[in-house]
Amino acid sequence: MRNSWWKIVAVTLLVYTILGGFLFEVPRLNIVNETIRSLYFHVPMWFGMVVMFLVSTIYSIKYLRKPSVSHDNFAVSFANTGLLFGLLGIVTGMIWANYTWGSPWHGDPKQNGAAIALLVYFAYFVLRGSVENQEQRARLSAVYNIFAFAAMIPLIFIIPRMTSSMHPGSGGNPGFNMYDLDSKMRMVFYPACIGWILLGTWISTLQIRMKKIDEHIAELEDEKNN
Amino acid sequence: MKKTINNLLVFGLILICNPLFAQQEVEMADTMRSNGKIYVVVSILLVIFIGIVGFLTFMDRKISGLEKRLPGKKE
Repeated sequence: MRNSWWKIVAVTLLVYTILGGFLFEVPRLNIVNETIRSLYFHVPMWFGMVVMFLVSTIYSIKYLRKPSVSHDNFAVSFANTGLLFGLLGIVTGMIWANYTWGSPWHGDPKQNGAAIALLVYFAYFVLRGSVENQEQRARLSAVYNIFAFAAMIPLIFIIPRMTSSMHPGSGGNPGFNMYDLDSKMRMVFYPACIGWILLGTWISTLQIRMKKIDEHIAELEDEKNN
Repeated sequence: MKKTINNLLVFGLILICNPLFAQQEVEMADTMRSNGKIYVVVSILLVIFIGIVGFLTFMDRKISGLEKRLPGKKE
């Protein structure tokens, strides 16, 4: 395994999250009751998604400055993992909302914003799939990826705060003040976020390395044919 | 006069204690915890998570093997 220390850190942090997330004390609140523990698993998905998309955007900018296949590989792999985290975040959010708000889709501004952001990123992959030429695909999707990130930030972080919402972290409710009664929750929450971000990076690097091998084999086949 | 002070004290005590009572009333999975059944849930989750991580590790090793087999690395 290559450079494995941070992979071990990721796994350790997530094992700690599972242990601490279920066994440590949490604030006793009405309505959410024990489901408050979902915070340790649902919210880190979004933290992971935003970081994955940020890295993807950075590599898209790098690609536009200096086109190289490797930069394109990084951008698409990190966007892929980000999308995975986003989908898991939406689904876990729906399960949680069904319990605390009464229905899985509540038209909550943050929920809608997240859904639109995911659709914007789906379009990124549709765009990639529809261009045959490798260089064109990389350039077009790099430009689009920057736009997608720029669209995601207001959809998730700004618009939900300007309207009223039941979702913590929106409607003039910065962060998760509601849970601040207990700073013990942060002791699990932040390691969980770091753990998922590292695990997402691991999954992305696996994709990147597979793509590199694929390209290498393609080059070898080209040489054989010539 | 003394009675009023006493009444005030009692009233104050009730005010202080009320949130504590309210907190105890919130329904949590306390029985599950005291039974120790929560460890069943935690161990199942741990097994699944470690299984997935094991699979990732396996993939990582395989990919490293493929990388080594490729002739003459460029870059």
